[in-house]
Amino acid sequence: MSKFLARAAGVLLGATMLAGVAQAETVRWARASDALTLDPHSQNQGVTHNLAHHIYETLVDRDTAGALQPRLALDWYVKEDDPTVWVFELRQGVTFHNGNAFTAEDVVFSLDRARSASSNMRQLHATVESVTAIDDYTVEVKMSGPSPIYPNNLTNTFIMDKTWSEEHDLQEVQDFAAGESNYAVLNTNGTGPYMLVSREVDVETVLALYEGHWAETPPEVTEIIYLPIADNATRVAALLSGNVDIVQDVPVQDIERLSNTAGIRVETGPENRVIYFGYRFGDEPLRSSNITDRNPFNDPLVREAMALALDRDAIQQIVMRGYSIPTGVATPPFVDGWTPELDAYEPANVQRARELMAEAGYANGFTVTLDTPNNRYVNDEAISQAYVGMLGQIGIQVTLASRPIAEHSPVILNNESDFYLLGWGVPTFDSAYIFNDLIHSKTETHGTYNVGLYTNPELDEMIISLATETDETVRDATVAAIWAQVQEDRVLLPVHNQVLAYAMRDDITLAVHPENQPLMTTVTFD
Amino acid sequence: MTDAVEPAPQSAPQPTRFQRFARSDLLWSYLRSPVAIVSSIVATVLILAAILAPWLAPYTPFDPATLNLMDGFTPPDSTSFAGHYFLLGADNQGRDMLSTIMYGSRLSLFVGFSATVLAAGLGVGLGLIAGYLGGFVDAAIMRIADIQLSFPAILIALLIFGIARGLIPPAQQQNAAVWVLIIAIGLANWAQFARTVRGATLVERRREYVAAARIMGVRPISILFRHVLPNVLGPVLVIATIGLALAIIEEATLSYLGVGVPPTQPSLGTLIRTGQQFMFSGEWWIVLFPAVALVLLALSVNLLGDWLRDALNPKLRR
Repeated sequence: MSKFLARAAGVLLGATMLAGVAQAETVRWARASDALTLDPHSQNQGVTHNLAHHIYETLVDRDTAGALQPRLALDWYVKEDDPTVWVFELRQGVTFHNGNAFTAEDVVFSLDRARSASSNMRQLHATVESVTAIDDYTVEVKMSGPSPIYPNNLTNTFIMDKTWSEEHDLQEVQDFAAGESNYAVLNTNGTGPYMLVSREVDVETVLALYEGHWAETPPEVTEIIYLPIADNATRVAALLSGNVDIVQDVPVQDIERLSNTAGIRVETGPENRVIYFGYRFGDEPLRSSNITDRNPFNDPLVREAMALALDRDAIQQIVMRGYSIPTGVATPPFVDGWTPELDAYEPANVQRARELMAEAGYANGFTVTLDTPNNRYVNDEAISQAYVGMLGQIGIQVTLASRPIAEHSPVILNNESDFYLLGWGVPTFDSAYIFNDLIHSKTETHGTYNVGLYTNPELDEMIISLATETDETVRDATVAAIWAQVQEDRVLLPVHNQVLAYAMRDDITLAVHPENQPLMTTVTFD
Repeated sequence: MTDAVEPAPQSAPQPTRFQRFARSDLLWSYLRSPVAIVSSIVATVLILAAILAPWLAPYTPFDPATLNLMDGFTPPDSTSFAGHYFLLGADNQGRDMLSTIMYGSRLSLFVGFSATVLAAGLGVGLGLIAGYLGGFVDAAIMRIADIQLSFPAILIALLIFGIARGLIPPAQQQNAAVWVLIIAIGLANWAQFARTVRGATLVERRREYVAAARIMGVRPISILFRHVLPNVLGPVLVIATIGLALAIIEEATLSYLGVGVPPTQPSLGTLIRTGQQFMFSGEWWIVLFPAVALVLLALSVNLLGDWLRDALNPKLRR
């Protein structure tokens, strides 16, 4: 009922717009889920950041090729006499939506807030010791050691207005996991190109152009109606029937049909995200296997056999309908450290895989459970299901445990999985982000997603050195050495890089964003 | 007196069970109800196809080793990439739809049947106890039933499913999925049985034969199960038949919501869930055939239940 009402309201609104102004361009933008909150430091999550980028702004930004570019900071550099200090020179003449001027104090407040206790952005600022305003438009960030890649961590840390935040008791970040709320969850005051007009969670959020924005040329889109539509078929139908203008999460099976529909066009492009399988290391027997005296995954021959059983090309062709980029390494091409040699993968070879299984002493195979999400990545469950069939051919009998991401995550984070599917996006465009969380031994600060508990003290040391290494050649060599070891040990079993598809009215142009965070400011009309 | 030595005359034998059945109102009513005849034929065919799936089905879709992913999306009545002929086409994983539906309805029926047996066992037992003992026990059991009836059964099943998931370690969850489903659906549906049986028991326990049994010193438990139970079974049979159809639909709903059996061993609901993604892209056979199978199965069992209710209800008899 509410869905119907929302749609009716959408139509009505759309009709009013058409009848109204000719110049103003409204875009009705639909995607699968809503932002979790509007408090900019509460959730480090793509959908949430995507909406926030329209209202709030960050110090630095990325172009679609991944290079850093100025936003609220015009320039940034390491202080001459102190390699542990980053200096940010701020843009002048910027005002918040309520008219307050943007100054260094706001940056100090926001960075401190982003690294406070209940902030979800904390790990990106873990090496920050203090943030100081030098003058109105210069900020110095003191790090615990040289941190050459720190500006890369700032692309999703939004700047809030100190005065406004203090007026509304926003010093503390909303503790999302504890179910808390605060004024900033439904109210905003950013410097971004759009202002919040209204928000009904999970139904509709309306944004209007902020006339006082600093950009020289205003965006063509003057109003955004953001509509979360969870069901795939309903979302696609909304575009087909003209109830929305842009659909961000297009299911792969519908790309062809939408492309062939008059009045609709589909943009596709690679996302900065790799999909991979992982398995448990160590001598301890698996929890879900019939082999109870040892861990078959700990045998390099078994891991090699599993890699040879994985027919990436068949998955690309059938499950992904061509919309994926098969890969042999767990990093997308956008990331520093990726090379075509790492990316290459051996074609599937079931015969050889069977021989390896026999050689490893598992001629009769073994049983294991594969944990997979079923609503997080493009066709995640179908990918896992296809691999279950492929493993069956080399004697590994897999039970598929398919769960929504909300249930899958705890299993992953608590290391309760023997064998799992996961995807990894790399917002810093640097290999260290992958190593820190996926490869480094599990500790309090590192290896959060090292689900298989792989451990290699030598690698750990090299990974830690990346954070403070200032010599680029040395750093690149270390990254290459780490990748070589990761590939040799087959720590992860990569499947493909995800490809994104946006569908839209054919007079609209919106390029696919590699981090799946398209900005409506980049939309143009024919 | 010569007649006296004659054995029991052949013309008037004790009627056999079959003869008794042949002369019963039930058969009479069945033969005059086209709906009952058609739906019983449909149900029998579907149930037999499900039970005999391992021998009748052209492929074994539950064995992942036999699948070829490249067979995925083969249209109905055509030959696949790997050279297999698929009458109803193949799904997105390259499984023959016909075989998958046969194996899937096997699972759906197994879950539905087991859940109904559980619900009936529980409901009849509690209903008998409530009706016979009365007083506080009766009030307690019936208030629990009332509370449960005020929630939709599917919600209760989801709740039980969620609790079970929390209790079972993740590594074991998939192996336990079918049993958890049975318990969840069974526990969600006992209340109807309990209510009906309690009502019937209240009537029966005032009858002379119960009083007689009590005077003879028969233990209450045997009075309940040997004397009262057979007399209240008629309505139970009707609820159980309709309950079977409901349980099959509930299983399909849970699986459709993605909380049921794993997709590698799909029930009808799981098949419909995966199939509905492909409705826009033109692969209609992946959702249509399992949906038709589910509708036919649930409808035929339900219509049989309806007929049985009418046939066993003397007030509706003409």
